[in-house]
Amino acid sequence: MASAIFYILGFTALAATALCITRRNPVHAVVYLVNALFALALMFYQLGAPLVAAWEVIIYAGAVMVLFLFIIMMLELAPASAEMQGPGWRRWGPVLLLSLVILGCTLALLGIQADQDGVPAFWVSPRAFGAALFDQYALAVQVVSFQLLYAAVGAFYVGKGSLRRRTQGEETP
Amino acid sequence: MPEWLITLTLILVKLGLVFFVLLTGAAYLVLAERKLLGRMQLRYGPNRVGPFGLLQPLADAVKLLTKEDFIPAQADKFVFFVAPGLAAVTALLAFAVVPFSPPITLFGREVPMVVCDLNIGVLYFLGLSSLAVYGVALGGWASNSKYALLGGIRGLSQLISYELAMGLSLVPVVLMARSFSLTDIVLAQQSVPFALLNPLAFLIFLVSVAAESKRIPFDLPEAENELVAGFHTEYSGMRFGLFFVGEYINMMILGAMITVFFLGGWLGPWLPPIVWFLLKVLAVAFFFIWVRGTLPRLRYDQLMHFGWKVLIPLSLLNVVVTGAVLLWRQG
Repeated sequence: MASAIFYILGFTALAATALCITRRNPVHAVVYLVNALFALALMFYQLGAPLVAAWEVIIYAGAVMVLFLFIIMMLELAPASAEMQGPGWRRWGPVLLLSLVILGCTLALLGIQADQDGVPAFWVSPRAFGAALFDQYALAVQVVSFQLLYAAVGAFYVGKGSLRRRTQGEETP
Repeated sequence: MPEWLITLTLILVKLGLVFFVLLTGAAYLVLAERKLLGRMQLRYGPNRVGPFGLLQPLADAVKLLTKEDFIPAQADKFVFFVAPGLAAVTALLAFAVVPFSPPITLFGREVPMVVCDLNIGVLYFLGLSSLAVYGVALGGWASNSKYALLGGIRGLSQLISYELAMGLSLVPVVLMARSFSLTDIVLAQQSVPFALLNPLAFLIFLVSVAAESKRIPFDLPEAENELVAGFHTEYSGMRFGLFFVGEYINMMILGAMITVFFLGGWLGPWLPPIVWFLLKVLAVAFFFIWVRGTLPRLRYDQLMHFGWKVLIPLSLLNVVVTGAVLLWRQG
């Protein structure tokens, strides 16, 4: 049962990603990618890592993809015109994928509630996850967070620089 | 009857109850809001349908269901159809982790009064509230209308900005309760509710929750006098109804979250736990309605500056200070 759910989710993730990179409409591509991320999050949950699953949804689906969508909408790309609507399966593809995700979700929940085989061998609690992250991998976490700090400072500097140039450009007509 | 069938039945019964209470509650919250706003503006509010206007939600539902389901020309049909559902479903799902009373004993079994007590309940709530953006954004984009698109973009940026402050203001709560589970968080407030223990986090959470629910003074995604109706300009009939009901369900969920995280959940003297829980949720909902009747809408730059320059630094500072105090008290 557990492996059946795993394969359903895996197929969903692969199909959604494939559809994502073949879409001509950027918003549709984003929606497919979010779909793929959901399937991935469920796979993490099924493999006994609820915390990673939650981060997958909060950070990737909830923040990164939202920013993608924001940029696409800011660029004012028009919604799909009639020629992009395409054959029926393009319209029914998302429905099918979403129902597969929901099916996987239901099966996963049922498996955990009822079928003892469905329960993974290990279950990482948030406490254990945090302990491993900040004890065993403390150095790696520090290095990565410094990288992120450099990136933030760099982005700030680049943004400031272009702002300065723009204001200077306005002063000299 | 096998064990798993009983478990499944219990879950389904709880789900049904929660859905019924939430949807009815949302419908009557609309009525309560119209009545209260009416009183605040020295008029009566709806009082024609049924005694005291109590059947008004029913009349509204009938009106919305019988209206024409209109799709604008050149709209992205599928996304246009799905977006209102997304808005309502993400709001409904969040209630799965809210504990509304301590476990009760039923037929010799202990039944927890929560649909699913996840050990990452806080993160589940944050994840769903970050997904709520998609309903607004996709609805605004698919309508193929400038007003709706602008509303959608505003909604996106507003929700992203205030989500950060909301998530950060929950860190002290998790630190103090030492758990991500909502039941544990409620139980950690046996002696003092977190609203008194950490008033700054409470205030930040309250403000960012008001912004998340897109209500006045933060209703820029649907600012009527600039954007017609914002992201749901092109929606009519029950699709508009879903957006509308979703907003009120959201209000109840966020009220429940404030209750659980800061007001001590079901804990309280004399009255039964579930009554305390409902009272607290309704008090928060009343507060939101009151704010709507009192405050004007913010300007867009004010909204962004307040979020990024005031709330986020404050909540970061609060995390550091709370962590330091907890460490110091541990010795």
